[in-house]
Amino acid sequence: MTALALARSQFAFTVAFHYIYPPLSIGLGLILVIMEGLYLRTGNPLYHQMTRFWVRIFGLIFAVGVATGVVMEFEFGTNWATYSRYVGDVFGSALASEGIFAFFLESGFLAILLFGWDKVSKRMHFLSTLLVAFGAHFSAVWITVANSWMQTPSGYHIVGEGLKARAEITSFWAMVFSPSSMDRLLHVYAAAWATGAWLVISVSSYYLLKKRHLDFAKASLKVGLAVAFVSAVGNMITGDISAKGVARNQPEKLAAMEGVFEPNAPADEHLFGWVRAGEERVRGVKAPIGGLLSWLVHGDRTAPVPGLKSFPADERPPVNVVFQAYHGMVAIGVFLFGLTLAGLFFLWRGTLAERRELLWVFVFAVLGPQIANQLGWITAEVGRQPWIVYKLLRTSAALSKTVQAGAILGSLIMFALIYLLLFAVFIYLLDHKIRQGPEEEDLVLPVGPSGMSDLLKGHRA
Amino acid sequence: MSLNVLWFILIGVLFIGYAILDGFDLGVGAWHLFVKEDEERRILLNAIGPVWDGNEVWLVTGGGALFAAFPEAYATVFSGFYIPFMLLLYALIFRAVAIEFRSKQPMHWWRQMWDVSFSVSSIVSAFLVGVALGNLIYGVPLAPDHEFAGTFLGMLHPYALLIGVTTVALFMMHGAIYVVLKTEGPLHEKFRGWVNSGIIFFIICYVAATVATLIYIPRVTSSMKEYPALFGVALLNMLAIANIPREVHHHEDLKAFLSSCAVITALLALFGLGIFPNLVISTPGPENSLTIMNAASSSRTLEIMGIIALIGVPVVLAYTASIHWIFRGKVKLTNSSY
Repeated sequence: MTALALARSQFAFTVAFHYIYPPLSIGLGLILVIMEGLYLRTGNPLYHQMTRFWVRIFGLIFAVGVATGVVMEFEFGTNWATYSRYVGDVFGSALASEGIFAFFLESGFLAILLFGWDKVSKRMHFLSTLLVAFGAHFSAVWITVANSWMQTPSGYHIVGEGLKARAEITSFWAMVFSPSSMDRLLHVYAAAWATGAWLVISVSSYYLLKKRHLDFAKASLKVGLAVAFVSAVGNMITGDISAKGVARNQPEKLAAMEGVFEPNAPADEHLFGWVRAGEERVRGVKAPIGGLLSWLVHGDRTAPVPGLKSFPADERPPVNVVFQAYHGMVAIGVFLFGLTLAGLFFLWRGTLAERRELLWVFVFAVLGPQIANQLGWITAEVGRQPWIVYKLLRTSAALSKTVQAGAILGSLIMFALIYLLLFAVFIYLLDHKIRQGPEEEDLVLPVGPSGMSDLLKGHRA
Repeated sequence: MSLNVLWFILIGVLFIGYAILDGFDLGVGAWHLFVKEDEERRILLNAIGPVWDGNEVWLVTGGGALFAAFPEAYATVFSGFYIPFMLLLYALIFRAVAIEFRSKQPMHWWRQMWDVSFSVSSIVSAFLVGVALGNLIYGVPLAPDHEFAGTFLGMLHPYALLIGVTTVALFMMHGAIYVVLKTEGPLHEKFRGWVNSGIIFFIICYVAATVATLIYIPRVTSSMKEYPALFGVALLNMLAIANIPREVHHHEDLKAFLSSCAVITALLALFGLGIFPNLVISTPGPENSLTIMNAASSSRTLEIMGIIALIGVPVVLAYTASIHWIFRGKVKLTNSSY
């Protein structure tokens, strides 16, 4: 493999692994705010127990997220030095803002969230939870802004020529509000909420099936389903807005997502299929409504959608990967929407605990948002190829000049080994915590900041 | 003062913040295996438990600020120091997860495995940071297009290794004082003894490093020759070092810790004065060096970043201080401890 292919594999692998965790922190962060808010409002010890349990899970997730996140910031410089020189003036300020505004907030108040139960008042603790959740959401702003600038660059001008050329910022706010950033940010939020919600739903359903911690499980399930519903609706709306944005801003990407080849014709929507790039067509099943894609994009079934043939061959993304990733994501989104409605229906009828088949589906549905998140990012990033910064810098030109393929391969193998180990340990501990379940003693209300009620007990649960 | 100088200082401040704060975490890690009792090891972990994560953010933010303000330097250093930085990443990953995972299972082999990971990765992190600093003072070969032209083995020269060991010693002294500050009982007494070993270890390294620097890299003194008042920094550094054993002897642990913070600040300030106005010095071929002018972003970006720092840094300092205030005092193990 070439240094380029290796560097791309390394970035793809490390960022995909990292992205298991931040959506969970964002989604679970919101759920913690809801649970602890309910506790503060009602004083019901059940909500205290729920908050304590999910905070423990949150701590575990956050640790792996932090450990794998530092890698990303280093990799821009180590593997993509030419890219860093080119975009540093614009991209760097978003990254630095993330550190200053979001990471400090998150990590600082996380200390109180995890260890401050006896040190601060209930209100202060709730405020910390709120700030941690806010910090997680705020860090998503900056990283999505940075990535969106690579999709739809704005607020910059190019200075210098040839190898010396680089982008310089002209307007910070135009960079922050690039044409795609806010659409994509909202979609990231909706997806992250779903990721957190389905973790809660999955674990709660497992307890219901095993007839353990029933009160805890029912109450958690309700919160989970409520958040899942909001995010399912949110995903549909923000997904639609984002796709229309892609059609407007990156028509090659939309053509690849939908497998459209004809340059200037009304387009049908494929429900699923297989793209034969050589034959420039898709073999698959179309939606029964003709011109559905044209209608989805333009609100008009006869409006033309530019296909891949309208673009030079060396500016087209790999079609089938993008097509499959996008269709997979949408399919999972629709499936989760249906599951949420089913869950809410039986919850309303009061018979959800008896629907064992549905609960088993819920247990495994935790994978749904995770897979959809990965597929969504594959759509976004592979769909932008061959560019690293859309229409400005090619991925093939962005590599570090001094780094040897051997060094990248070596570090990639190390990352693979370390991350496999990390993932195994993470799953092992998560499973252990879930089996252990919520602590009975957390049902007793704490004494307050000076309370010594839970001093020194064996190893940390 | 130009924006470029301001950003040189601000990035310096971020890295000083990192060295002071994560320095004691790494130092505690370096001592970790010297302590044998499980409960005592838990106390060490919980002494840094609530703060290590926030402390590491100083490094992340420093890196981000370097990327934004001096992208050429960021790109050259990170791609040039590829292997040491990858090793640093692995060490930081292991350090982070070892703290989090270690006390979650009671088995002896499990805890021993993560204890070793925690300690080794802390030592390796401190050492690699030192090696990188050593190379930046010594100079690295750069090509005319600002790309790194050296090799990994070329970075492991005796001077860089000496600075690596000195950094480990510095953080061990700093970490030992922190443990004294945060513990009570037998562990406290044990560390009170070890602090002195830590101080001696550091002073030996410090003297060796200073002599080596003056002999082999005399240019570091040029800014002091130009502005003799800057010698005050070196003087302050020596006084702060001398003050540490004195405060330890008088059981003024907080003052000893603050002195240790002052030592770290002064050492990094000396480093900054030694390389200014360069960011990466090219040896041979000093004309290829990356300076605060030729490696910088546009003045517009430096301005925008200045506003971001103006809003962000006071807020960050305020809640960093309040978090450390909330978790002040001696460590007690509770059921939410590591």
